[in-house]
Amino acid sequence: MGRTLAEKVWDDHVVRRAEGEPDLLFIDLHLLHEVTSPQAFDGLRQAGRPVRRLDLTIATEDHNTPTLDIDKPIADPVSRAQLETLRKNCAEFGVRLHPLGDVEQGVVHVVGPQLGLTQPGTTVVCGDSHTSTHGAFGALAFGIGTSQVEHVLATQTLPLARPKTMAITVEGELPDEVTAKDLILAIIARIGTGGGQGYILEYRGSAIEKLSMEARMTICNMSIEAGARAGMIAPDATTFDYLKGRDHAPEGEDWDAAVAYWNTLRSDDDAVFDAEVVIDATELAPFVTWGTNPGQGAPLSANVPDPASYEDASERHAAEKALEYMGLTAGQPLREISVDTVFVGSCTNGRIEDLRNAASILDGRKVAEGVRMLVVPGSVRVALQAVSEGLDKVFTEAGAEWRHAGCSMCLGMNPDQLAPGERSASTSNRNFEGRQGKGGRTHLVSPQVAAATAVLGHLASPADLSDARTPAGVR
Amino acid sequence: MEAFTTHTGRVVPLRRSNVDTDQIIPAHWLKKVTRDGFEDGLFEAWRKDENFVLNRPERAGASVLVAGPDFGTGSSREHAVWALQNYGFKAVVSSRFADIFRGNSLKNGLLTVVLEQKVVDALWELTEADPTAEVTVDLEARQVRAEGITADFELDENARWRLLNGLDDISLTLQNEADIAAYEASRPAFKPRTIAA
Repeated sequence: MGRTLAEKVWDDHVVRRAEGEPDLLFIDLHLLHEVTSPQAFDGLRQAGRPVRRLDLTIATEDHNTPTLDIDKPIADPVSRAQLETLRKNCAEFGVRLHPLGDVEQGVVHVVGPQLGLTQPGTTVVCGDSHTSTHGAFGALAFGIGTSQVEHVLATQTLPLARPKTMAITVEGELPDEVTAKDLILAIIARIGTGGGQGYILEYRGSAIEKLSMEARMTICNMSIEAGARAGMIAPDATTFDYLKGRDHAPEGEDWDAAVAYWNTLRSDDDAVFDAEVVIDATELAPFVTWGTNPGQGAPLSANVPDPASYEDASERHAAEKALEYMGLTAGQPLREISVDTVFVGSCTNGRIEDLRNAASILDGRKVAEGVRMLVVPGSVRVALQAVSEGLDKVFTEAGAEWRHAGCSMCLGMNPDQLAPGERSASTSNRNFEGRQGKGGRTHLVSPQVAAATAVLGHLASPADLSDARTPAGVR
Repeated sequence: MEAFTTHTGRVVPLRRSNVDTDQIIPAHWLKKVTRDGFEDGLFEAWRKDENFVLNRPERAGASVLVAGPDFGTGSSREHAVWALQNYGFKAVVSSRFADIFRGNSLKNGLLTVVLEQKVVDALWELTEADPTAEVTVDLEARQVRAEGITADFELDENARWRLLNGLDDISLTLQNEADIAAYEASRPAFKPRTIAA
């Protein structure tokens, strides 16, 4: 019987398989950041263990880093202490680190791919649930807890039970205005926040094949929001073109050998998935969330749902709680929801294409009065590229704030937070209660919807912008 | 890791689904660099409401959390497990747990027990009617027992053995050092490296 993509990558990393035990899997790449690593390094120190494979380990700073005044000492002493702890640990154990101020610093899931470290057929882990992002390359990539971070540092392996596999097949052409973000939000609304629990997802079909690498990363990034630890897309010419020439991509004979291997990384025609979901791309529309989990979403043209319409008691109760928290009324058109803040950034939508997409809509327009818009590039490299294209000017001329790279308002560990009751349209990945600041209310959207929302002051898509404008032209 | 064999305690019934790890421990608590001191951050936002179940005086000292489906979704933060343990919880019962949270809990000796929703409902009804009612979570027998309720649960034998004995995963893995070294020797040259080896 044929094997799925996930099964092939899994099998290629089994160090030890024994009856009645989880498989011991080799880890090709371990990404570290300041939040989930300190207790792991402490564990190593207490046991007197070294990092087994420094050449497969890399660290950066992202969750706590400020996006303003990065040349000054970090104001929050607790954040500063955590960053200093990472620096001390990396120096002591010999781990390569890209700290705040370094040209390779940024959100860990933006940094790995842009360095060419994330490659097809590799296993990638990080103490962060959005590690699923790297699955866009046909890597088996998943988030781990701090105990597992310590385990990988010490052994470069993890004992794991093999998950089931689920195909998410998206056929047809995505309509204009419908982005990868809309697609993944629609998938999560369809299968639910627990629908992928216990599975590795494989996104496939003609609509997926047409997506750019960055759009594929947006899709795989939010696999965890459907409950799946990992989501994958089979590597193809788009993947190889993205990788070729990057710092850590193979070269010469190694490149040829790698491509020969990467070309084998597709689910066999006779492979059997444990579950399959089929989505018709042509029926999709710009999608936004109205509730407090990423599965509580609807097309932008819809109304806030009535909790009474849910048959399942637990879902009904969850919808009631969500509307109460979000300050929304059943039946209210989603397009009439006004926002205070717009956030463009994060490991979901903080890459250069996302910034280009947002800028193309803001060019020649202004952010609505009373709306604060933050644009936070996913990495220093993304920021430099945006500046070279003049995107920073487009944002600032529109009245948005152009910030330094980091996780920022996605989770508000740094000063970029919503105030209680404040409402945002955010290109990030989680609309949980308080996620962007205590009492803050989050609507998840695509970069295009974020930009249109910033201009109009209420949830909107670019098609709602009927104003005349004189774009300076995105340079 | 703390070993887990059997535990009997009173219950906190949490009638909520999709309890994400941001609710269990908000992000600003994640700046700490230790594994302890998270108890005051547990469900911090919800605890501001004096009627929140954890704040009820009759729930003081309860050690088994019984929650709705999809407990522990979202962020991989192991701090969520530490916060529950620091507060005094020994076991969490739900009809479905997020994968990463479950893995983290079992690595720390916090037993996560999957039971059908109808059993969860029965536990809620019992312990809401009588806050002094005790529940026993028996890992040796793989069974949850309370007045009028007996329910078997599944946990794979390997995970159970590690929990019962409080075994350290890293030491177990390092017993297979020869296998790891053999695998490393067989890796293709084109695999990425972060620094020159």
